[in-house]
Amino acid sequence: MSCSRRAFLKDAVGGTLASVLPLSAFAFLSTEEAKAAIAGSKVRWAFLVDTIKCIGCGMCVTACKNENEIPFDAPVTRTWVERYVVTKDGEVHVDSPLGGRDGFTDNKIRDEEFAPEDITKAFFVPKLCNQCDNPACVQVCPVGATYQTHDGVVLIDREWCIGCGYCIMACPYGVRFFHPELRVADKCNFCYHRITKGLQPACVQSCAFGARRLANLEDPDDPVTKIITTERVAVLKDEYGTKPHVFYLGLDANVR
Amino acid sequence: MTEDIIVHGVEWTVKELFVYPNEFIYWSIQIVMYPYMTGLVAGAFVLSSLYHVFGQKDLKEIAQFSLVFSLALLPVAALPLLLHLQQPARALEPLLTPHFTSAIAAFGIVFTAYGLIVLSEIWFVYREYFVAQVQALRGTGGFWNALRRVVYGALTIGAHDVGDEALRVDHKAAKILAAVGIPVACFLHGYAGFIFGSVKANALWMSPLMPVIFIMSAVVSGIALCMLTYIVIMEWQAFRERRKGGAVEAGEIKGAETEIITKAARYLLGFLVAAISLELLDLIFRGYTAMKSWDILRSVMYGKDFMNIFVLQYTLGNLVPFVLLILPGRTMKRTVLALLLVLFGVFMMRWNVVIGGQAFSLSFSGYMHYEIPIIPHSLETFKEGLFGALTVIAAPFVFFWIINKFVPSLRRDLKGS
Repeated sequence: MSCSRRAFLKDAVGGTLASVLPLSAFAFLSTEEAKAAIAGSKVRWAFLVDTIKCIGCGMCVTACKNENEIPFDAPVTRTWVERYVVTKDGEVHVDSPLGGRDGFTDNKIRDEEFAPEDITKAFFVPKLCNQCDNPACVQVCPVGATYQTHDGVVLIDREWCIGCGYCIMACPYGVRFFHPELRVADKCNFCYHRITKGLQPACVQSCAFGARRLANLEDPDDPVTKIITTERVAVLKDEYGTKPHVFYLGLDANVR
Repeated sequence: MTEDIIVHGVEWTVKELFVYPNEFIYWSIQIVMYPYMTGLVAGAFVLSSLYHVFGQKDLKEIAQFSLVFSLALLPVAALPLLLHLQQPARALEPLLTPHFTSAIAAFGIVFTAYGLIVLSEIWFVYREYFVAQVQALRGTGGFWNALRRVVYGALTIGAHDVGDEALRVDHKAAKILAAVGIPVACFLHGYAGFIFGSVKANALWMSPLMPVIFIMSAVVSGIALCMLTYIVIMEWQAFRERRKGGAVEAGEIKGAETEIITKAARYLLGFLVAAISLELLDLIFRGYTAMKSWDILRSVMYGKDFMNIFVLQYTLGNLVPFVLLILPGRTMKRTVLALLLVLFGVFMMRWNVVIGGQAFSLSFSGYMHYEIPIIPHSLETFKEGLFGALTVIAAPFVFFWIINKFVPSLRRDLKGS
C-alpha cells in the first residue's frame, strides 16, 4: 500500500513538472540560429537632436500624439519639449506644459515672469525615448513584454504587458507611461511602423527647422550619422550605463 | 479605441516645480502593502522556525501559532500585486514566460516554493491531529461532523500511520522543512527589497543594503504581529474562562501568556536594533558621500517627508516602542501599545521607501505628492486607495479564522478537542 502510494506521488510530481514546462521552451533558438536570423541587417537606428535649432513650437508633440494614437488631451506623451531659462542669479527654471504640445507662447514659468535683462540664456530641449543599447526597462520586465529589436529599437508587446509599471520605474529618462486607453506601458519607438518602411518618424517629418533627425549608425554614408560621428555630440544621463542612442548637439550642462 | 481614458496616477499625484510630463506616482498604496504583507509572512515563519530549528523551547507555544498564521498571510502577500496590475487578467504570465533578468519574475517561483514549504510543514506537524480527528469523528452524525470528517480525511492524504516511528519521521521532516524555509522566507522578502534596491534610476531606492534592511524589518513586523494576535487570543480565552467561573484556569492562561511574550519580546528587540542600525547606516552613507542626487534627497528627507521619516517612523515607530519594551515593569497593556507602534513603524518604513522614492522627479528639479484616495469613485480609486489597503489588511484575519477551524493554531485548543 505505502509503496504504491510512493510510486503514485513520484508519477504525480513528474507529471506536474512536465505539464508546467512551457511548450515555448522547445522553440528557443540557438545562438547561431538567432545570429543567422538577423544576419545581413545593417541597421542601428539612432536620433540626433539639434537643440540650437529647436524653437519650441510643439509641432513634433502634436504630430506624435496624432500618429501614435495617444489621447490628445491626456497629460502623457511619447515625446516632449522642455524650456530652460537660466537667470543671472544662477537659478535654472524649467517647464514643459502639456509636454510643450501647444508651443511656448507665454513668457511665464509657473506664474513667474523674467525680465529679459535678468536672463543669461534660454533654450528648448526635445526629449524622446533613447532606445538604449543597455535598456533598463527591458532588463526589469518580468514577462519579456518589452524587448529590443535587432536594429536597436525597444518595443512593447501590448498583448503581453501585465501593467506592473516596473519598466516605468526603471527608466531614468521618464519616457514611459501607461497608455490611457490600453492600460499597458507605452513609449516612443522612433515610429517603428514608419521607419521600417522607409518613412521618417512623425516628429522628424513635422519639424520645420530640422531640429530632429533620424540616423542609421550602420550606414557610414548617412548624413546624420556623419554628424554624430564627426561632431561633438552628447547624450543624456550617461552615468546610468544605459548607453542612450539619442544624441544632442548643443546640450547645456543644466539639462536634466 | 473606445475605452475610457484613465491616466494612471493623475488622480492622486500633485506635482510641484519641474517634473517630467510622464512622471506620476505609479506605485501607490498597494505597492506599500506588498512588501509589508510579504514581510509579515516571512517574519511569522522565522519566529516559528526559531523553535523548530534552533530548539528555542520557550517559543514552543507561539511557534505553532506563527506557522499557521504565516499560512493565512501567504495568499495576502500576492493580493496587493494583483490589485496593482493594470492587466490583472494577465497575472499568471510571470509564471508562464518568466523573464529572469527581472527581479519580479522570480516572485511566482519563490512564492510557490515557499507556499509548498509552509503547507507541507503544517501537514507534518498536524498529521497526527488529523488522524485523531478522523478516528474521533467516525460514527458521529450530523452534517457539520460529516463535513469535518471528509475534510480531515482529505487532509491526511491517506497516511493514517501514527506509530512512534512514523511520528518521529514527521517531526524530522517538519524540522528539515523549517530549516529550508528560513532561507526561502528570507529570499522571498530579500528579493522584495531587491526589486527596489536594484532600480538604478531611483536615487532613494538604489542601495545594496535594501534587501537586508527589508529582511530585518520583515522579521520585526512578523514577530510583532504574531505576538499581538497571540495576546489578543489568549486574553479572550482568559476572559471566557473567568466568565465561566474558572479563575484558576484564567490565571494559568495569563501566566503562560506573560512568559511567552517576555521571551518573544527579546527576539523582537534584537531584530529591531539590527533593522534601525542598517537604516541609519544607509542614511549616513548617503549624506556623507553626497552624490548628485543628495540635494534633492536631503530636501525630501529633512524637509517634505521629515514628519513621515523622523517623527512617525524613527521616533514613534522605533524609538518609543523600544523604550516601552526595554523599561522594567512591563505590563501587557504597555506591550500591546509597543507592538502596535512597531507594526506602524514598519508600515511607515515601507511607505517612506515606496512613496518617498517617488516624491521627487527623475529630473531632480521637482516634487510629487501622493494624495491617497479616501472615498473611492471608481475601481481604480478603490484599488489604489484607502479601502483597497484595508481590504488587504483584513484578509489574513479572515483566512486565519477559516484555517483555524480545521487546523487549531494553539496547543490549548488541540488538547481541548
